[in-house]
Amino acid sequence: MSVLPSYIHYIGCFSLVLIGLYVVLVKPNLIKVIIGINLMDTGVNLFLVAVGYIRGGTAPIFSEAARQGEKMVDPVPQALVLTAIVIGVAVLALALSLAIRVYDHYGTLDLRKIKALRW
Amino acid sequence: MRRLISLVVLLVVGLGIALSLSAAPFGARGADQTGRLAQDEVNFGGCYTGRGLEENAAANIVASVVVNYRGFDTLGEVTVLFIAAVGLAAVLHTRKEEATPSGAEPASLIVFTGCRFLFPLILLLGAYIFIHGHLTPGGGFQGGAVVASGFLLIYLGCRGRGLRSAGLTAAESLSGLAFVVLALIGLAVGGSFLLNFLPKGSAFALFSAGVIPLIYVLIGFKVGSELGGIIDNLAREAR
Repeated sequence: MSVLPSYIHYIGCFSLVLIGLYVVLVKPNLIKVIIGINLMDTGVNLFLVAVGYIRGGTAPIFSEAARQGEKMVDPVPQALVLTAIVIGVAVLALALSLAIRVYDHYGTLDLRKIKALRW
Repeated sequence: MRRLISLVVLLVVGLGIALSLSAAPFGARGADQTGRLAQDEVNFGGCYTGRGLEENAAANIVASVVVNYRGFDTLGEVTVLFIAAVGLAAVLHTRKEEATPSGAEPASLIVFTGCRFLFPLILLLGAYIFIHGHLTPGGGFQGGAVVASGFLLIYLGCRGRGLRSAGLTAAESLSGLAFVVLALIGLAVGGSFLLNFLPKGSAFALFSAGVIPLIYVLIGFKVGSELGGIIDNLAREAR
């Protein structure tokens, strides 16, 4: 078994996570930092779904034709990710509203110019 | 300098992830598993897919897991969503100067009419998705998101028409309350929180699976009104 088919999904997920982490660490613009956080969120969601995959499995939904016997992928990560996506949207909205307030208060979104947020 | 440090951090993190994941290639687990709870008791996924249809009569195992087996998780996640919405409202409404009409141009007649025409259709699609959550791919969270996208369309196309926040708040509170009450009825009737106490019916029918469709509809209302409230708050900020 070669390396690529068995790891390409994980590589994709964690590329997203690492790109998001890089954006959070490097970019000075607050909006871009929020976009980076959202990228990490997406990567983690993809990873959770990929972990639940079972080779040859189908979606965990029964149909009239094939009631039993076929392999299904793990439904638990799918259920978790299902709720995590909606929560991710809400958290994104909360972060953007905080960014609106930061802009009101400091007049800029550049983290290098905001003393209280510098690291 | 900062960029260099960040790249080093990324390298370390990436290496750690790669080393820890190299032992578990994609799709490796369950290579010899039949999807039922046979030899491996810790296999929750196989347990749910193997017994979910008989226990809950819900064709969609993910719905079964979200609402019944892990319904307590879902209650917590709905609470997180609620807290995020409340936090957003609290952050955005620290100032109290309202009703300053901005110079935003109203949308053209075509856009306005198109949005008003599409809005009920989007609501209908959302309702379809969350009512059939136990039968087809979909459910309360997805249907609620579709409903909220309808609210977003109204905000984009028909600036003047604000959403009635009182109705949204009432829908949100009542659906959350009804979720908890249904769960507590299960506790009172059968002795466990979120017990599926209603008759299950036959699988693959619309009226089946006991409390699962009821709770999913409530979740759909709650998610839709909460995301709609978030959109309303952001829109009022932009106005």
